Amino acid sequence: MHEPANRSVRALPMLSNLMEIGSRVQPFSKESREKAPRIRDAKVVHSVCPYCAVGCGLNVYVKNGKVIDIEGNPDSFINHGTLCPKGSATFQYTVNASRTTQVLYRAPYSDHWEVKSSEWALDQIAQRVKKTRDETFVERLDDGRVINQTQGIASLGGATLDIEENYLIKKLFNAGLGIVSIENQARI
Amino acid sequence: MSDHNGQVSATPITERVQQLTQLLAPFKKEKPLPEQPKMGFFTDTSLCIGCKACEIACKQWNQLPATTPEWTGTSYDNTQSLGATTWRHVQFIEQIERRIPHVNASDEKVLKLPLFEMDTPVPQMGMDLSALPELAGTPTGTALPFFSTDRWLMRSDVCKHCANAPCQEACPTGAIIHTEFDTVYVQQDICNGCGYCVVACPFDVIARDSEGDGQAHKCTLCYDRLKDGMKPACAKACPTDSIQFGEVEQLKRDAQERLGFLQERGLTDARLYGADDKILEGGLNSFFLLLDEPETYNLPSNPARPSNHVLPTSLGVIVTAAVMGLIGTFFFKQE
Amino acid sequence: MPGLGTTLGRGGATSFPQDLVNSDCILIMGSNMAEAHPVGFANVMKAKDRGAKIIHVDPHFSRTSAVSNLYVSTRAGSDIVFLGAIIHYLLENQVYFHDYVVNYTNAPMLIREDFQDTEDLNGLFSGFDPASGTYSNQESWDYQRDEYDKPLTDPTLQNPQCVLQIMKRHFARYTPELVESECGVSREEWLQVVQALVENSGRERTSTLCYAVGWTQQSKGVQIIRAGSIMQLLLGNMGRPGGGVLALRGHASIQGSTDVPTLYDLLAGYMPQPAEMLSTKPESQHEPTSTTWGARQDKHVHKNTQQTLQEYIDVTGQKLGWWSNVPSYIISLLKAWYGDAATADNDWGYHWIPKITGDHSHINTSYAMLDGKVKGYFLLGQNPAAGSTNARMQRKALAQLDWMVVGDLYEVESAAFWYKGTNGEKVDPATLKTEVFFMPAAASTEKEGTFTNTQRLLQWRDKAIDPPGDARSDLWLIYQLGKRLKKLYADSTAPRDQGLLNLTWDYEMEEPQPDSHLTDEPDAQLVLKEVNGYYVTQTNSDGQVTQYDLHNAPHVPTFTALKTDGSTACGSWIYSGVYPEPGRNRAASRISDGKMNLDWGFAWPANRRILYNRASADPAGKPWSERKKHIWWDAEQHKWVGNDIPDFPPDKAPDYRPAPDSTGMDAIAGTDPFFMKPDGRAWLYAPTGLKDGPLPAHYEAIESPVQNALYKQQSNPAAKYHRDRKDNVLIELGDPNYPFVITTYRLTEHHVSGPMTRWMPWLNALQPSLFAEISPELAQERNIVDKGWMVLRTPRGEIEARAMVTRRLRPLRIRGRIVHQIGLPFHWGFQGKSTGSITNDLTHSVLEPNVSIEEAKAFLCDIRPGRLSSSEHNVGRKEH
Repeated sequence: MHEPANRSVRALPMLSNLMEIGSRVQPFSKESREKAPRIRDAKVVHSVCPYCAVGCGLNVYVKNGKVIDIEGNPDSFINHGTLCPKGSATFQYTVNASRTTQVLYRAPYSDHWEVKSSEWALDQIAQRVKKTRDETFVERLDDGRVINQTQGIASLGGATLDIEENYLIKKLFNAGLGIVSIENQARI
Repeated sequence: MSDHNGQVSATPITERVQQLTQLLAPFKKEKPLPEQPKMGFFTDTSLCIGCKACEIACKQWNQLPATTPEWTGTSYDNTQSLGATTWRHVQFIEQIERRIPHVNASDEKVLKLPLFEMDTPVPQMGMDLSALPELAGTPTGTALPFFSTDRWLMRSDVCKHCANAPCQEACPTGAIIHTEFDTVYVQQDICNGCGYCVVACPFDVIARDSEGDGQAHKCTLCYDRLKDGMKPACAKACPTDSIQFGEVEQLKRDAQERLGFLQERGLTDARLYGADDKILEGGLNSFFLLLDEPETYNLPSNPARPSNHVLPTSLGVIVTAAVMGLIGTFFFKQE
Repeated sequence: MPGLGTTLGRGGATSFPQDLVNSDCILIMGSNMAEAHPVGFANVMKAKDRGAKIIHVDPHFSRTSAVSNLYVSTRAGSDIVFLGAIIHYLLENQVYFHDYVVNYTNAPMLIREDFQDTEDLNGLFSGFDPASGTYSNQESWDYQRDEYDKPLTDPTLQNPQCVLQIMKRHFARYTPELVESECGVSREEWLQVVQALVENSGRERTSTLCYAVGWTQQSKGVQIIRAGSIMQLLLGNMGRPGGGVLALRGHASIQGSTDVPTLYDLLAGYMPQPAEMLSTKPESQHEPTSTTWGARQDKHVHKNTQQTLQEYIDVTGQKLGWWSNVPSYIISLLKAWYGDAATADNDWGYHWIPKITGDHSHINTSYAMLDGKVKGYFLLGQNPAAGSTNARMQRKALAQLDWMVVGDLYEVESAAFWYKGTNGEKVDPATLKTEVFFMPAAASTEKEGTFTNTQRLLQWRDKAIDPPGDARSDLWLIYQLGKRLKKLYADSTAPRDQGLLNLTWDYEMEEPQPDSHLTDEPDAQLVLKEVNGYYVTQTNSDGQVTQYDLHNAPHVPTFTALKTDGSTACGSWIYSGVYPEPGRNRAASRISDGKMNLDWGFAWPANRRILYNRASADPAGKPWSERKKHIWWDAEQHKWVGNDIPDFPPDKAPDYRPAPDSTGMDAIAGTDPFFMKPDGRAWLYAPTGLKDGPLPAHYEAIESPVQNALYKQQSNPAAKYHRDRKDNVLIELGDPNYPFVITTYRLTEHHVSGPMTRWMPWLNALQPSLFAEISPELAQERNIVDKGWMVLRTPRGEIEARAMVTRRLRPLRIRGRIVHQIGLPFHWGFQGKSTGSITNDLTHSVLEPNVSIEEAKAFLCDIRPGRLSSSEHNVGRKEH
């Protein structure tokens, strides 16, 4: 064991041995003996940091259907387990009581939100899209050139959208609906 | 109670010891856990970029609440100090020379000077570099200092995990231990929040969580993670290896080598803090490489040890604490 | 990114952050890398310890400056003077890498005799039309060409019309004296930078240039990037380990959002969006901007119509080089979109794709919104009410909408604009019509999918848990919306609706995800398969044809397998190869080998890590030096070998020379590393593809305290000024009311306008308030107290911030007078757990001409001590 501090030895060896108090040799409490990292036996899910574009690997630890810890992935050649403060805070970004987790609806001129179901909202949005598109769709320019576009609807996406999400946005909005103003944070 | 040879007069003490032993039975556990190599931190401020990942990684792993946001205006330091819920804290020290550009009337036009009329010779590409090993060595030519001449010093502060820890010596309940890794740890199932450790710490590290459980808290050196051979959260997160974790003896060798490296590059003010045995008669298991005097970083050059007679003091304290602890808890709860 | 495409061929960082450890010198300019990309910056720290010189040139002494070997304090907006003087120095002293420049760049190309430079026209190039504010006739910028349309050259570099000689004349006025008087940088300091770069470039050594939005968010951003790239080309640093231009993207998948674009002017893989311009003039103000992202034309082709696929290909493809493959890429894209309905007979459904008719970029769309022309808006993870320039205008524009959909994790400013404002801004819901649907979004850990990071690396994320409550992925939102719309239009026979009805739209999950309660989530892997590409039909050796759909189709292995006959479908050709066979999603691969890590993720194109790496070898195919070897020609195996995937046709020998009449990739010689360009060379001079000139020229920021010292032309002549907009009042030169330069930047502790950080107490405690950094001299001049409050004002708006008086900001001497600069982060807004003024209320909406990006990094303002009266009022009310 560690060399006890001289002063303690000088003072009261018997007492300190018996009580292990006030010396380098202290009793280990129950908690100390049982201590274990909470991610022992947790499921590890490989993810990528959602902040800047360096692309640090994340290990997301899941237990009982809950995220309990998010850390850098030590195997990643990009970050070797390290993270910046934002990346280190990804846990609080995702597990946060301030998150809005209900569909909210604000009617024209209303002064409050109403909680709605996803199904209701999707139906309503689809109807709005159709109505606006039908009203604003332009098939041809005056000189007869076909353009098949609408400028009545626009879209602006962030850069935490996945490749797959961007792909479907462009496909549906552009190739399907004829929306031309499809933009992204990449422009900004 | 004891003479200078450490001899004890037996009879009256034995009874008392027995009584006390019984009294303290709940605190007395089995033998210490098997000893492991001493582990610690080497915080190298020459590599710190002030990102504060260590602060957040610590909060995240230990699920510590955020402190109340308060913009201090003291450079980029809004955390201000270590505390009961802040176990890593990054300091920012601006050492910037004041430069007021010189303006005079003759400057009031675009200068028309001949091109490249400079004393410095034109450097050439393709200098013979064959002697260099692959990608190693400092290039010849333009001498640039290792750091910009204006300095913005940054340092991630943390518990020093003193080899002889004043907090531990002041602790009357046995809550503070040196773990099997020789790190200093506050056992939360024993701490009664008396606060003696708080005043004992010469670095203002340990603190009572007055808004929480009232007990003393500080860096645990991620004791739970160490049990499974994992790096502490801050050291793991640190992007630039400013916080290194490892066996103390190895870390100290690395630190010496790093110091030499920096001194070779002209950083004559660079120094180690707590890597030798001088500070607190045993050194620090969590030590630093500084780029300036310790005082610049609010570190005492020669930290005082509150008491040189810890055990006798402790004995008295044990009794007082047993009583005061009860009253104290009650009293503070009332408050 | 813009600028890189025109110069080198692809709009992506040429290298990767981990390669920085191989650099001998790293110049960081237009980037606060330590703060914005701390983990990437760790490689800079490693390089520094290995002896590399780290140089930071920036208006603001940041955490990046603190750890650099050399910090150079410069005036915001003067970058091209600084870089132009370096270019001048390299040319004048002949310290450029001759063998590299003469073989791998267009330095020897001859430019037309009728080309006129800024030297001739006092700051303008030939072809400028003052009425439209555009270079409407760029023909004079072009090469002199032979009978096969190939450029004439002078390998001796002596012909006065060759690019190198034109550059010598063009950059002659960029002198160290001007650096001193315009940038506020002493000659000695500037020379230290030049020397460090020159000494650490060449055969044995390489230097890297890192930039970020400090360059792109300027009214001449593309030309700054061009200037930096030209410097790197002259030094011979492109395509080599430890070299290149590292464009640092600011957000997780910015690169991905341009590769598989949600940009109005691009289709997948940098093909332009089909256009039918309203203006009959080429290169007009409203011309789409995509050429700069991709820049693929070998010469000017302006046709009034792109009505048919062939016309589109004629306009956008090219005869020479890699882009001759456009037909197979666009037809495969149309097959991916319209499936069986896309046939040769109907032009593969090309007419269903909407044609753009002008500049529909973000800010222009905001103005259209303000004018009531946009009725509906989707905001998915984006927050223009605080995050876009001229944010006050943005909020007004949102109020003109009929409806909007906001998808986010938190109730961001853009979702709350109808009941809340900033600093006492009056908002009355009873007068605001916009109907708002807030759709709670899944976090990145709650869905699977791919990010493409700053080094073009695709990394797949597994899903950890279901999102909470009703929160769902954006993939789900779009997929379900698409299903509903298809149903709503199901009975339509109108031609305009057939594109939607024919859209292939089946991404049903074949089996539910384990541990998930969600039953209607689309299968992201299937979408990735479509992006990668698959065989629509395959013919076996017996001539039997098998027809497939997305679910059962074989994957295409890579983009070289794509066909023009409709037998392949591919959502983005540059991503082809990411998912080459079932069960092998290379984006999800996680193998580190400690070297090039080629099995960790997948880098487009074809998993190449250093782009243009043919240039790492000399013309004969040998590494320039042992120290910097990367790939080389193995004559025995008759192929390129080395540490990376060769970014070159694998078996094209160095001695291959094209026939005079060759086309396509046959026209690319064995010594042409930049084969995305029609001439196979990097473009020091851009004969086409840019809207503001073939060479970088210094113009002052739109708002500047000084007159342009180089030319009569004050600011970028081709910028999109929006002068007709009453909410976009610009500060005129010499206006004494707005004397101070302001520059904006990120702090490590927050992210962009704050939606991903301001609801997080841990981060808020680290940076709890908006503050402005000012020098003690400026503080004294305006009676501003350290740690007190100050108000910043432009004609667009007023904000308040805490004053951080620091010597890290310093007054500069510009042309004999003092110019003060103010540093201002931009992470705050009126929502979240940490609130503050919106920095973007100050910024204007003048756009860079090539890419329509805003100028947030250099503009003017005035300051005064104290707070906004409305805020004080608010505070009082709170206490009450």
